[in-house]
Amino acid sequence: MTAILLRSSGWLGLALLALVAALAGADRGFAVHMAIVALAAALLGVTTAVRGNYSHQPAAPADLSGQYYDEVIRWGVIATVFWGVVGLLMGVVIASQLAWPLANLNSEFTTFGRLRPLHTSAVIFAFGGNALIATSFYIVQRTCRARLFMPGLARFVFWGYQLFIVLAATGYVLGVTESREYAEPEWYVDIWLTIVWVAYLAVFVGTIAKRHEPHIYVANWFFLAFIITVAMLHLVNNLSLPVSWLGSKSYSAFSGVQDALVQWWYGHNAVGFFLTAGFLGMMYYFVPKQADRPVYSYRLSIVHFWSLIFLYIWAGPHHLHYTALPDWAQTLGMVFSVMLWMPSWGGMINGLMTLNGAWDRVRTDPIIRMMVAALAFYGMSTFEGPMMSIKSVNSLSHYTNWTIGHVHSGALGWNGMITFASLYYMAPRLWGRQRLYSLRLVNLHFWLATLGIVFYTASMWVAGITQGLMWREYGGDGYLVYAFVEVVAAMHPYYIIRVAGGLLYFSGALVMAWNIGMTIAGRLRDEAPMAGAAFDPGRDRPLAPFAPAGAAALPAE
Amino acid sequence: MSPSALTYDALRHAADSWGLVFMTLVFLGAIAWTFRPGARGHHARAATMIFDEDDRHG
Repeated sequence: MTAILLRSSGWLGLALLALVAALAGADRGFAVHMAIVALAAALLGVTTAVRGNYSHQPAAPADLSGQYYDEVIRWGVIATVFWGVVGLLMGVVIASQLAWPLANLNSEFTTFGRLRPLHTSAVIFAFGGNALIATSFYIVQRTCRARLFMPGLARFVFWGYQLFIVLAATGYVLGVTESREYAEPEWYVDIWLTIVWVAYLAVFVGTIAKRHEPHIYVANWFFLAFIITVAMLHLVNNLSLPVSWLGSKSYSAFSGVQDALVQWWYGHNAVGFFLTAGFLGMMYYFVPKQADRPVYSYRLSIVHFWSLIFLYIWAGPHHLHYTALPDWAQTLGMVFSVMLWMPSWGGMINGLMTLNGAWDRVRTDPIIRMMVAALAFYGMSTFEGPMMSIKSVNSLSHYTNWTIGHVHSGALGWNGMITFASLYYMAPRLWGRQRLYSLRLVNLHFWLATLGIVFYTASMWVAGITQGLMWREYGGDGYLVYAFVEVVAAMHPYYIIRVAGGLLYFSGALVMAWNIGMTIAGRLRDEAPMAGAAFDPGRDRPLAPFAPAGAAALPAE
Repeated sequence: MSPSALTYDALRHAADSWGLVFMTLVFLGAIAWTFRPGARGHHARAATMIFDEDDRHG
């Protein structure tokens, strides 16, 4: 009783403190953020008080060591689907704004500049981050054959991460930003994320420490590398000094080219460790499980791991070709980027060859097909990336839509597809359903997504190369042939094609939300099974022996 | 500045000589370790371990 009251009033006290900070806030963004924190703390305080155990008998602790802790993973699946839909919708909105500027709605809150980080953070950190947290908790328990370490801390990780997302998203709309790409949240949100992340590391490492399996499965290596490296990147890149302890503005600890290099060391390794290593963890577990055969080469998976870890961290400077960054640093970034092609393709081959001997599943199992598509896009974008990091190619591609196309072939193709496949794998198992609501809807999702990516990347390749060539076009007299606005105008048809591609991909995500929602509700769609190979029993017999003309007829049976 | 203080120049030279050698050796060691004799059975066990579980009771 007293314990509940103490905890509840502690949360309410925190809410009060946040409310005071909101009232004393130096600017609107900080005030709104503190109000959100106050609301979250008050909600926690009330829930603690209402749902507390007031009986004198303490509830007998049930022995749960024989069960995996999946509650937080179920929330994670729902959050991943929800944020995926939100993030992709924001993508469609800002793509429309580029094609039709009227879609900015003439309000400061809905301009491209504010909605763009909302889109990138929603898809990378909200959709991707929730998928990573959920799948890592799912995989680490099953490969360590142990219940999750400190379930209460895991719940804190989940809800704390959602609070981080809400603070980041509302901040962008209000104009609170550090202006560091993919690290826009301001100092106090960064501190909060650090706390959540350390808790995440503790839950993950704690589970590995209490494992009942002697070997740590390779998927966990990738997840651990992702968690540790992202912590390091986040801490260094966000070193900054707030102007006021009650305000949302801060200044970076670095300046000039150092600042740019730290930013892209972070930015590129966010791609490398958040969007690659973490998702490879998913790949190394869910692809073998769905295909029902072990990974093609376990040794190759370890070589893949160490090569990726040792090479990726140096590739960041390729974002700063032809800038004030020293030439040797640019070349270093380029060389390591090109070398990175090898481990990437090693991993792709390892994933694809896992299906060796089961290639028919690509036709009959749409989840396997999604995984194969994800690996194919992983291969394509990890070839395209090193190529674009070569300085002479970069002089054409940099600052153009080609880069946007490249990013989306990786994000929509690799990250999106492998996440969808993982969600489809986990959903029936997490909710104890016999199967998904509908496998045919997975098939529909696959084709909507694939077609969407084709429209998106093809239009951006053409747009980017057109843009790059127009920018560098000199006339005979040494003047630039095209004015900037002419290049912008030339982009218009490609921007419209991109909106169409984005809409297709987005509608695929809606189909997934429906499918997973129905699976959670326990419904099974009455549908014909996915087509197997055609079979005609009448023709299922050996051919009659061939009798050459003139030979003795075979004796009749 | 005292001669013992760490300068950018000293760091740079340490990084692109002994630092580079150290990283390369650690990397090669990690790769060579997966090719050690006897690793094959260990890897086969690790690769198939994920199928030992029974999802329905998970």
